[in-house]
Amino acid sequence: MSEGRSPLFLERQGYRGRRLVDFLRILPLIGGLLWAVPLLWPSGPDSSVTTSEAIIYIFGVWFFMVLVSAVVSLFLRRSGLDLERKDG
Amino acid sequence: MATMNILVAVCLVYVTFLFAVAFGAERAARQGQGGWLRSPLVYTLSLSIYCTAWTFYGAVGYAARSGMEYLTIYIGPTLVMIGWWWCLRKLVRIGRTQRVTSIADLISSRYGKSNLLAIGVTVLAVIGTTPYIALQLQSVTLSFSVFADASESNGALADMDSTALLVAMGLALFTILFGTRNLDVNERHHGVVIAIAVEAIVKLFALLCVGAFVVWGVVGGVGEMMARIDASEIGHWQMRGDRWASLIFLSAAAFLCLPRMFQVMVVENDDEGHLRTASWAFPAYLMVMSLFVVPIAVTGLDLLPEGSNPDLFVLTLPLAMGKEGLAMLSFIGGFSSATSMVIVAALALSTMVSNHIVMPIWLSLTGSGAMVSGDVRNVVIMARRFSIAGVVVLGYLYFRFSGGGAALASIGLVSFAGVAQFLPVLLGGVFWRGATRVGAFTGLSVGFVVWVYCLLLPSFGPDVLMPTQIMQEGLFGWSWLRPQALFGIEGIDPMVHAILWSISLNGLSFVLASMLGFPTPLERLQGAQFVNVYEHSSTPQSWSGNAAQSEDLMIMSQRILGAREAQALFESEARRQGVSGYLPDTTPDFLQALERALSGSVGTATAHAMIGQIVGGASVSVEDLLAVADETAQMMEYSNRLEAKSEEQARTARQLRQANEKLQQISVQKDAFLSQVSHELRTPMTSIRAFSEILRDSEKLSETEQVKYASIIHDEALRLTRLLDDLLDLSVLENGQVNLNIQQGQLSRVLDHAIASALTGSGQEGLKISRDTAQETVLLSTDLDRLSQVFINLISNARKYCDAEVPELVLRVTHRDDTILIDFIDNGSGISKNDQAVIFEKFARVGAMRAGGAGLGLAICREIMARLGGSVSYLPGQGGAAFRVILPASSAMAAQ
Repeated sequence: MSEGRSPLFLERQGYRGRRLVDFLRILPLIGGLLWAVPLLWPSGPDSSVTTSEAIIYIFGVWFFMVLVSAVVSLFLRRSGLDLERKDG
Repeated sequence: MATMNILVAVCLVYVTFLFAVAFGAERAARQGQGGWLRSPLVYTLSLSIYCTAWTFYGAVGYAARSGMEYLTIYIGPTLVMIGWWWCLRKLVRIGRTQRVTSIADLISSRYGKSNLLAIGVTVLAVIGTTPYIALQLQSVTLSFSVFADASESNGALADMDSTALLVAMGLALFTILFGTRNLDVNERHHGVVIAIAVEAIVKLFALLCVGAFVVWGVVGGVGEMMARIDASEIGHWQMRGDRWASLIFLSAAAFLCLPRMFQVMVVENDDEGHLRTASWAFPAYLMVMSLFVVPIAVTGLDLLPEGSNPDLFVLTLPLAMGKEGLAMLSFIGGFSSATSMVIVAALALSTMVSNHIVMPIWLSLTGSGAMVSGDVRNVVIMARRFSIAGVVVLGYLYFRFSGGGAALASIGLVSFAGVAQFLPVLLGGVFWRGATRVGAFTGLSVGFVVWVYCLLLPSFGPDVLMPTQIMQEGLFGWSWLRPQALFGIEGIDPMVHAILWSISLNGLSFVLASMLGFPTPLERLQGAQFVNVYEHSSTPQSWSGNAAQSEDLMIMSQRILGAREAQALFESEARRQGVSGYLPDTTPDFLQALERALSGSVGTATAHAMIGQIVGGASVSVEDLLAVADETAQMMEYSNRLEAKSEEQARTARQLRQANEKLQQISVQKDAFLSQVSHELRTPMTSIRAFSEILRDSEKLSETEQVKYASIIHDEALRLTRLLDDLLDLSVLENGQVNLNIQQGQLSRVLDHAIASALTGSGQEGLKISRDTAQETVLLSTDLDRLSQVFINLISNARKYCDAEVPELVLRVTHRDDTILIDFIDNGSGISKNDQAVIFEKFARVGAMRAGGAGLGLAICREIMARLGGSVSYLPGQGGAAFRVILPASSAMAAQ
């Protein structure tokens, strides 16, 4: 934010930054929900869900979370949203 | 045996390599080239000590036994990392601003710097971590034994204990060498961190190699692998939902609370920005680490003989396939996992033990406070070294006496559940200002007791530490106290049961006790600083000072470092800044350097507090201040005395200045007075001189003229005399040298006399005077002559200045509140408002100088009345000129 941009743009950027942090906050909740899905699967030696399907789902979620997290952190850095910001 | 020898050689080479890496990093850091040592990548890799040998070997075994459940251990930390903005960011910020050295330090610091709490947390952490260290030693020795079996050496198994001992000693040595090399202000260890980062790469690489070998080398592709997985005994989704959820929660909690994780995540962190990278890179690392676990487990179950230990599939599978090189790599990977965990755990625990247990004891034994000099540093380092050795030895002993059997396999989760007891206290302290020390104590104690009773003791197996009778019938035969069915609720998985009850009872009692109690001021202060860390801090080391303080700093440093060293330090800094003399500007850099120098003598916290005391920049905790209270109190007293003295001097100076101003004013008045007097004297003198010259020089003056001139001279001489009399009178009055001649007499008598005197020489019809004699019958006790003088003056003034056609003077006497008011009111045009202000001044004359007075009359009146204890003032609004004489009550003997 050290670059001398127009105030309107700064405000817009600040707004984006805040929404980005909002997203960052709900990200673990999304992850938690997605990983809670296996709780709904039938369980047991004769379960209709095979281990390979479970692996694909769980690691798919994992990969998705890593990807989204990486993109968010990239935007976070680019938005210049300072880590020293006051709101917690 | 040949394989065994190669193995030992490889181990030694690897360890030497680690030593070299750590040593190189330390050196680079010392030479100021260590920027790359602190990159986000290194930070992320250092977090990987979460993946211990339990991950490297145990995850496969876990998967072989329980299917996909092993993933919970990695999903929990992933969620924590992804949600870093919630919690980790705050923890790291607090760690940096409060200079936290361990999780025990953080908790004790938050709850009013309670050392008892710190001891409790330390003991709990040691209890929770020791089995885990034992587990690492076991895995290393087990992996040794695998190679020993492979090379068919019979002596190998007997050597297991000595192998473990050797490994333990080596690890302790490494930790001591690089963990206690220096007492850094921030407790950061470059060598250790870079070594564990390297080990992180090694173990990941090793596991990936084994995984890739299994999938593509043994099975032949991903599709084939998936088919095999589904065909295996763990081919279908078998998961208890409660275990899935609670183990994810448990691993997330342990990730935050494990002393070693706290060490690398918070203490060793030196840039919050690294969290941003680690937030996705570490989950990626965990994901890759756990990717090949199931394939290896399934293949191991398929190919290896029945009854092989699934915990060692990572090692035995390549061996069985004849890939000794790969097995060697795998061994090094496991070795890395084990060593990095033990090193960091020992480091973290030793910091806690030495800071919270050894040092307080040592300080109280030697009877010296925080102000001891010199040798404290060595004592701290020695304490750390012994603590490291102690922790590792404890782990070794645990390994020896637990027999290293299957009992250890389950200890990972038990240990997790133990350290997870910190979670309510930790989160409560960071997010809730109402959390108190009593609450923390209660919560931790309850959680710890429930954990020991429900999980730790039963985990050793029936009748080892927990009698079967208690297991089945409960403590004291109370069935609701059965360790695995508390309150009679049966059928819950023992692990879930223990987590559920310990954490919920812990949290509940923590919250309740916090709400019922009342925190001490220090707790509230710390609470505010922790919970509102974003408001209370910007950057941790932002000292700000000004030049005026550098002398204070110099005085303090001389006392601690010694005069010569302190002067040398200050002088060199001054030279560096380009300032002449001994006093450099107090730049943040300089303050930090000074703090570091001081910390060598008095310890980091004290040094920090002392500089904060003088500079007043960063926040200083109350306890820090208490530690240096004696010293500070003396300094404060001294400075208070100085302050008082300088205040007194300022007061004196102010008084002197006022006196001087008064003197100057008086001098000005005197000059004005003198010029007035000269002027007054000159006027009659001039006419006397002029007329006497006429008399002397003119021969032809008629008799009448001579008489006229002589009488003028006489009049002027009289006027001069009168003026001089008045001046003398005034001077006597003003100097207070007048002697009052107190007499008794009637007021009416005095007035009679005054009227008679004042009107002498003028026709009776000149001024009509009206009196009320009834009111005038007051017996006075005062200087009647002086009073009469005042009256005469006022009456003659009326006679002279009243400009009415029929001048009249009203004398009115009234009694009010024991004072006597005597008003002299004429019927003239009075005195204008502007003149009213000055008529009592010397030489003040109003209007035309008709009567030729010197203008001293009223001034004399005022002085006389002041001497008599009364006053005379102009009374406006009476229709003419009016003066009021006030006589004090003491003058009136009795009203009649």
